[in-house]
Amino acid sequence: MNMPSLTHLQRLEAEAIHIMREVVAEAQAPVMLYSVGKDSAVMLHLARKAFYPSPPPFPLLHVDTTWKFQAMYELRDRMARESGMDLLVYQNPEAKARGINPFDHGALHTDMWKTEGLKQALDKYGFDAAFGGARRDEEKSRAKERIFSFRTASHGWDPKNQRPELWNLYNARKNKGESIRVFPISNWTELDIWQYIHLNDVPIVPLYFAEKRPTYEWDGQLFMADDIARLEQVLGYRPEIVERSIRFRTLGCFPLTGAVESTAATLPEVIQETLLTTTSERQGRVIDKDAGGAGMEVKKQQGYF
Amino acid sequence: MSQPDVIYQTDALIAQDIDAYLETHQHKTMLRFITCGSVDDGKSTLIGRLLYDSKMIFEDQLAALESDSKKVGTQGAAIDFALLVDGLAAEREQGITIDVAYRFFNTEKRKFIVADCPGHEQYTRNMVTGASTADLAVILIDARKGVLVQTRRHSYLCHLLGIRNIVLAVNKMDLVDYSQARFDEIVADYGAFAASIGIEAFTALPISGFAGDNVTQPSANTPWYTGPSLIAHLEAVPVRGADDLARPFRMPVQWVNRPNLDFRGFSGLIASGTIKPGDIVRVLPSGKTSTVTRIVTLEGDLDQAQAGQAVTLCLADEIDCSRGDVIALADAPPEAADQFDATLVWMADEALTPGRAYWLKLGTQTVSATVRAPKYVVNVNTMEHLAAKTLELNAIGVAEVVTDKALVYEPYAQSRALGGFILIDKITNATVGAGMLNFCLRRAQNVHWQALDVTRQAHASLKMQQPAVLWFTGLSGSGKSTIANLVEKKLHALGKHTFLLDGDNVRHGLNKDLGFTDADRIENIRRVGEVAKLMTDAGLIVLTAFISPFRAERDLVRGLLPEGEFIEVFIDTPLEDAEKRDVKGLYKKARSGQLKNFTGIDSPYERPENPEIRVDTTRESPEDAAERIVERVIGAWMPVI
Repeated sequence: MNMPSLTHLQRLEAEAIHIMREVVAEAQAPVMLYSVGKDSAVMLHLARKAFYPSPPPFPLLHVDTTWKFQAMYELRDRMARESGMDLLVYQNPEAKARGINPFDHGALHTDMWKTEGLKQALDKYGFDAAFGGARRDEEKSRAKERIFSFRTASHGWDPKNQRPELWNLYNARKNKGESIRVFPISNWTELDIWQYIHLNDVPIVPLYFAEKRPTYEWDGQLFMADDIARLEQVLGYRPEIVERSIRFRTLGCFPLTGAVESTAATLPEVIQETLLTTTSERQGRVIDKDAGGAGMEVKKQQGYF
Repeated sequence: MSQPDVIYQTDALIAQDIDAYLETHQHKTMLRFITCGSVDDGKSTLIGRLLYDSKMIFEDQLAALESDSKKVGTQGAAIDFALLVDGLAAEREQGITIDVAYRFFNTEKRKFIVADCPGHEQYTRNMVTGASTADLAVILIDARKGVLVQTRRHSYLCHLLGIRNIVLAVNKMDLVDYSQARFDEIVADYGAFAASIGIEAFTALPISGFAGDNVTQPSANTPWYTGPSLIAHLEAVPVRGADDLARPFRMPVQWVNRPNLDFRGFSGLIASGTIKPGDIVRVLPSGKTSTVTRIVTLEGDLDQAQAGQAVTLCLADEIDCSRGDVIALADAPPEAADQFDATLVWMADEALTPGRAYWLKLGTQTVSATVRAPKYVVNVNTMEHLAAKTLELNAIGVAEVVTDKALVYEPYAQSRALGGFILIDKITNATVGAGMLNFCLRRAQNVHWQALDVTRQAHASLKMQQPAVLWFTGLSGSGKSTIANLVEKKLHALGKHTFLLDGDNVRHGLNKDLGFTDADRIENIRRVGEVAKLMTDAGLIVLTAFISPFRAERDLVRGLLPEGEFIEVFIDTPLEDAEKRDVKGLYKKARSGQLKNFTGIDSPYERPENPEIRVDTTRESPEDAAERIVERVIGAWMPVI
């Protein structure tokens, strides 16, 4: 048989599928963390491929902050229906009770809703393996994280004490209470993700495409006024709303996710803009810069995904 | 500083015709490579430059890099590319790369994944990890220093892990005035060494990671060099998979896909060869054959699939096949064996314990395995073979590996997928070692079991009893010997043929050469297990009273005996109680530090998870416990006549 070499996307896809099947074969209670972003979208698509014709044999878990874009909630619910998977939504009750929000609480917002919320959700359901859509090209400390990343019973990550990961042999063994985070798309770059979405028609949140949207400026960055009434309530004033053609490079909480002015309305145009841009992907997010150069590494040791 | 090369000059195409660009990107292949060298060789600088020149650095990162360079950089006011790739905070402070980091960049033709590994000897395990997935290795040499001990070590490790494409990058050529003589001298030196360890071919390039010479484009500074730039070479090297494709079909089964009663598929990553519907396959180790009917994917069935693809196969027959089995071309199946000669790399702080059972994972098979004392360890700097009793962290050695059931395998030289394995500690679950199967040992086939006319059945029948091992385990002073004694007396009174193997007594003779280190404790239990087994062959009911603190070794003895003949009796006495009794005064000695490795004090006791019998000595008297054990044992026995 004369067959062409596999392309890089075919190899990345096979690697991710192999990883997901290993987890399902070896873990007792796996779950897929689903943030509704483009990386999550690709990860979900890969899961559907890995187990077809079965639906992926694990639920989706959305650790919600209540501050996501409306369009994200819509796609989330649609994808859960289409994939035939259970959707679990978790909101940290303490953060809810204390009204933690991105304006008044800064870093605490991420810590309470996301870091604490994730730990609580994993403990509540007893999941021992959680798929995450992190990529090694996103951030320096991620570049060194294993694909199967071990967490202590208190969800800590010890970067100096990671299990060696050779060939495609993954060690999923752990003691009671301990868990693993699994990153099936570790070796994908942002361009790979976009290309894959393009080739496979993977559904993504429309906010990735440019459109005229209501915006406001805050702390020197451009944001979308996704829920003006709520914004006004928290800020204590109504920010000046201006219609602009914008899109998002990453999606998180709407008051924390900076928009970029753009006219890229199709996938090829988005990819084009991404490739020609000179600002790195996570820059729109406030989170990485909190603790100086080592921001993400510190967050991860504390249990952030 | 040179400008980014035309190789990366994609901006124009992206801007003018994004669809054409995407079309190109879609057909790229992927090459994974490892860079070997120490900080001083300019490894991080080279990688930083590859990322920088391929525009994998964005403006904000560049701004951070510039300010960091001034703060902690080692290049004065110039950009210190190394800071781009030294990720973890601890490493940045120490100025060394501790762990394996993976980096990505693209050219017009390929996507590259770079495993960036530390070079020092204490990080051998990290380099082995990085090399395990690499198609190619870039060995960096500082042109001023030439071939060093570390060059030899890195080359040996890459060769050991089966990397066939070796690139010798003679770096810092700018610091030796781009001297051809110096370059030729280093290449000749390296060539002699490479040949001596079996490296058949390598490609040498004169470069400067700092100045950019011959990295992305030929340099005007080395007119005497006519070969390709580093990037051009990396783009042209054949990707892995060509070898895998040519070999017979093998697919380790990962997962059985059973959404409903009408569908049963076998999911896995194809390790080698190709497959199409109609092909006849054999499932190993059972050896049953069947025909492939479908190759199922979400996008529809495939006409064929090849090595490297993750697929789901349907077979024509309802044959037994589950995770760990290997589906192979029927005419050329791999073998199965349970004893191997293997090269091991030790990766844990705690040294290898020969004789201890570890989990061994190879492909999708996980079995219990023991490693015998190494035949030798390799001095990774001189390649000398040295005698050793164990493998310490970062040691590389050759040893025999024995598994508790047959593994479907291929020698590592033929197949990374069916020849590479990891060892996992059964208690901590850490990955403690990695290994490569060299060949299987025919010993098992050559040492034939002497068939005896008077069988174990015959021995047992004459004694009118079912042989068994009553394995008493518990802390020192828990009451094991006391209760075992009582049980034996009762059994004896009932006319049963018994023998009690006592821990202290055995150490006076059979095991008097053994001490109390973990390794010796394991050997102690192994010997006792074998003796107990021989005694059951003779038809006896054997009672053993040993602390036997490790679960792995108790399970090992359990595995020696036929199902049901190993009865674990856990004498469960709290440490405080055992210590209070302290009949032999041992706890006192241990507490005062006179006695080392004492179970419960400075050596662990692993409680049985599911013992057949548990005796809680705080609630039950020795007499009652003995009575219960005898009842349980006699009650379960049917006379064999």
